[in-house]
Amino acid sequence: MSSGQASTDDEAFKKELVTLIPHLRAFARTLCGDATAADDLAQDAMLKAWDARASYQMGTNMKAWTFMILRNQFYSEKRRSWRQTQLDQEAAERTLMAIDDPSAPIALDELRMALRTLPDEQREALVLVGAGGFAYEEAADICGCAVGTVKSRVSRARRALHASLEAGAYDRDGTPAGEAMGSILADADRLSGAR
Amino acid sequence: MIDQDDSMRANSDREDASLDEARLRQQAIGVKLRQMFDQVVSEPVPDDFLEILRRADEKSKGGS
Repeated sequence: MSSGQASTDDEAFKKELVTLIPHLRAFARTLCGDATAADDLAQDAMLKAWDARASYQMGTNMKAWTFMILRNQFYSEKRRSWRQTQLDQEAAERTLMAIDDPSAPIALDELRMALRTLPDEQREALVLVGAGGFAYEEAADICGCAVGTVKSRVSRARRALHASLEAGAYDRDGTPAGEAMGSILADADRLSGAR
Repeated sequence: MIDQDDSMRANSDREDASLDEARLRQQAIGVKLRQMFDQVVSEPVPDDFLEILRRADEKSKGGS
């Protein structure tokens, strides 16, 4: 019978899926902001991927496939939920509290806040390409849009982030928000060990 | 003619400098963005994830 083969495939699938959980969590966190909601979303996506395993072709890009599932899940939940229609300043602040790590450098919080001000489609494009390690083509597949659309979303997101960090569109703890960019620069220099 | 060339060169030098500056800033944001993402990736996976997957796996095995 083929059930032996099926369970071998299931094992391989499960193994690979488990290695992707940390990435799904990170992607969900950038979409939801709120850490608890993000883990719920990542768990739903993981289960959906498991249930749909028969339709996945082994050897193709499973990371991109699961990210697409997670993203679709996010938008279908968002459409259904009246509570999440608007991410206002209050929600952004709750988000910040939920993921706040006192030991994390301030610049990361500033970046998180600035990210939250971006439209969803710009944020996801930037995260997929800029942090998720996806090529423009893969990001386009995940988002279900043209490659050129992803490219323009990423570049608009970069410009908006830069402007937002530079201008300090938000303020935090009375720290002059304009210092966020300086802080990010200093930290990035330290991290890359360059210049 | 020479003066014009010089002033054009000076202008383009200034533009290059501000372009470099912008590029540097974009790179810095990129580095932080990856750091933010990788920070979550490197967090230990909460137990419920594996538990949920284990239960789903058992259910599918029991069902077939």
